[in-house]
Amino acid sequence: MVAEARVWEALQEIPDPEIPVVSLVDLGVIRSVDVQNGHVHIEFTPTFLGCPALEVMKRAMEEKVRELGAEPKVSVINDDSWGTDKITAAGREKLRAAGFAPPAPRPLAAGASSLVQLKSQVHKCPYCGSMKTKLENIFGPTPCRSLRYCESCHQPFEQFKTI
Amino acid sequence: MNEQALLGLADDELVLGWRDSEWTGIAPMLEEDVAFSSIAQNEIGHARAVYELLVGPEGDADALAFDRKAEEYHCSPLVELHLLEWAHTIARRWLYEVADEIRITALKDDSDPAVAGLAAKIDREEAYHRMHAEMWHDRLRGEPRFQAAVEELWPYALGVLPTELRGELVTRVGLPEVEAIERGTHTDELAPMWKEMTEVRRSAPAGARW
Repeated sequence: MVAEARVWEALQEIPDPEIPVVSLVDLGVIRSVDVQNGHVHIEFTPTFLGCPALEVMKRAMEEKVRELGAEPKVSVINDDSWGTDKITAAGREKLRAAGFAPPAPRPLAAGASSLVQLKSQVHKCPYCGSMKTKLENIFGPTPCRSLRYCESCHQPFEQFKTI
Repeated sequence: MNEQALLGLADDELVLGWRDSEWTGIAPMLEEDVAFSSIAQNEIGHARAVYELLVGPEGDADALAFDRKAEEYHCSPLVELHLLEWAHTIARRWLYEVADEIRITALKDDSDPAVAGLAAKIDREEAYHRMHAEMWHDRLRGEPRFQAAVEELWPYALGVLPTELRGELVTRVGLPEVEAIERGTHTDELAPMWKEMTEVRRSAPAGARW
């Protein structure tokens, strides 16, 4: 019989398909794991609804559970339960080490995000540590990233969007 | 759950996502190429999530999205327009995002928790589309060519919302209420787009798996 803790350990080994330095557990997208009589039910929330990696992640979770000798069921929950504040401290550190600025904390008033706010957010350059960085483009190579530029070391870098 | 309203939302996002993606590779600057592609991807993702909600866990969202005839879509005429001209494209993006924010805010209070939850998730992503639209609106608002495009598209923008939500749109856009170009009617520009959008699916052999 597989234990719930063992399932979490196995899920910790699944890299995010687009930012492989962090795992699905680091990202905080796994909402719950329920183990009953050899059946493992995983509830999972996508980061962005248009994320093309959704199916890949779902299949990877199912494979991991089968490797443990259990029968998987993965439910995708499209509700408001995930935000970038769910990324773990370890996940944030891994992002930084890989050259991504981790997301800024979400403003307390929901829906209060504005361009002025976004531009005024301070992001440390993940390469040289300078605070002199600026927003280049709200949008980046995947839905979850923006582009920034470091005015100290002249290195462009990506920032995880706050949602 | 107001299924017609949700279908209208999903069809708007699918068709506008398609239209936005028409700038991929040819936008006037690289930043906008990336922005329009990313916005398009989000809008189509929102459409998928709403279609999935409408068909339920065992249903086929792709069939709902792509197996209807063009005239059976419930999108608003605003999103159908083929606008490969920057002033009109930005005017539509801005008008649509203002209207969509009003609609999504209302849906966040829906009595069905599945609808309200999804609306809240969509809203988090749309915040970035609004920032993009506002940035361009601030930049172009004093330009006569942009103003003319906004006025030309204004009756279409009113048609995105049900009558009870139009008052807020009038206030926020600052133009007088006029006769709306209503949802349920279609422009001539939808059919050619539909043909292209559904071509792969229609030409696939029976039993093809995606």
